[in-house]
Amino acid sequence: MPNPPVLDLLAKYDPLIAEHAGLLSTGIRDPFGIVMEKVVSPTEAIIKGKHTILLGTYNYMGMTFDADVVAAGQAAIRDFGAGTTGSRVLNGTYQTHKECEEALKDFYGMSHAMVFSTGYQANLGMVSTLAGKGDFIILDADSHASIYDGCKMSNADIVRFRHNDAADLEKRLKRLPADAGKLVVLEGVYSMLGDVAPLPELVAIAKAHGAMVLVDEAHGMGFFGEHGRGVYEEQGVADDVDFVVGTFSKSVGTVGGFCVSNHPKFEILRLVCRPYTFTASLPPAVVACAATSIRKLMTAHDKRARLWEATRRLHGGLKARGFKLATETPESAIVSVLMPDQETTALMWSTLIELGVYVNMSRPPATPAGVFLLRCSICALHSDAQIDTVLERFAQAAQMCRLPLLEAVAA
Amino acid sequence: MSDRAEVYARIIELIEPLNAKKVALTEATTFAGDMEMDSLTVMDLVASMEDEWDIMIPLNMLPDLETIGQVADAVHGLVAKKG
Repeated sequence: MPNPPVLDLLAKYDPLIAEHAGLLSTGIRDPFGIVMEKVVSPTEAIIKGKHTILLGTYNYMGMTFDADVVAAGQAAIRDFGAGTTGSRVLNGTYQTHKECEEALKDFYGMSHAMVFSTGYQANLGMVSTLAGKGDFIILDADSHASIYDGCKMSNADIVRFRHNDAADLEKRLKRLPADAGKLVVLEGVYSMLGDVAPLPELVAIAKAHGAMVLVDEAHGMGFFGEHGRGVYEEQGVADDVDFVVGTFSKSVGTVGGFCVSNHPKFEILRLVCRPYTFTASLPPAVVACAATSIRKLMTAHDKRARLWEATRRLHGGLKARGFKLATETPESAIVSVLMPDQETTALMWSTLIELGVYVNMSRPPATPAGVFLLRCSICALHSDAQIDTVLERFAQAAQMCRLPLLEAVAA
Repeated sequence: MSDRAEVYARIIELIEPLNAKKVALTEATTFAGDMEMDSLTVMDLVASMEDEWDIMIPLNMLPDLETIGQVADAVHGLVAKKG
């Protein structure tokens, strides 16, 4: 008997394939297909043979080419090899991994640290493992995909509250049974609009309803707070935050994720957290780079000051040129430019890349409330001259794309 | 306490402004298929229904609620349980 016809499982993506093809048929470059041929520095790369200013890499503290960080990675690859070929709980924990966790404990002043292979896995693992059947996860509506996926993977009931809305969080917490376990998941900086959470209000409400609190500081580590721990440190709520999740792929300058905590039973998570247990650990070179970078970030006060200076220059300059920005003032090192629609966003993005400026193009469903964005992230190593070049090219691109701008506002 | 018909009628009112494709709304109309609602819109609709009846509809219930009728049943059940 002949086999039945095979149903193409990729057919469900036909509308997206058509949309993407339609976008490219207008002659623009593929916003999701950029290749860096050569990386010159944390702020510059060669793309299609052209010197391009990088303004969308989250490389906030410019640690990717730091001489000490690179040297630590080179020494580790020489001494420990290219990879561990194993799980953290079997053969994948080297001296380098322990040193990296020690660096995190020192950086955060906490008693426990667990390093995951990516930031995505850190959220996936922590959220899904902390809350189980009968528990509740209460998350901000604008949470990162890794948090939503962690919720999906847990057996908990999932409740979502309006973005950064303390009253809405309280209303939803009140509907939950008093005797159920609760995890409130927040982010210090929300990466799409670059806005910061009002953590004191949100954390106080969570605590008033007996919830544990997890804060993702992926976009806050390195330059918020006295020690660079994140927004939760700057806003003074460290004592009420139970778990801090973060990443090595932004300020730290390499790849990996982590969770730090003072919870006395924290270490058991290594045995029950599947995205930690059932995957290979990070290569020794990566964790050695991370450990060195984290220790340098503890005292990077000048770089932090410079990052804020460059951010204010970009935010103020774009505003003065009539661009609509997602936040009235620069709240983080992310400056998002609001765009009217997909076509204009893609055209502006493409024009900027032709002019030698790389930013991120963001669109729904990654963005909240259906907005289209050109998202800029600033690096402490961006010079004033580079920021000024970027501002000129933004103005030039807007003119070429006939992007309507607001009346010029004095900076 | 609301009866099923009242709940259904109010749900239709809540959906109407989000019904971008102007699909005819019936018990069997599906959110993803017929109305082509994206997941964010669905979650916002859930929030408005939660506030309307002061109930909690966990997001993990959503995969089982494909049609307006199923949502009405679920909301009616949650309201009844609340007493």
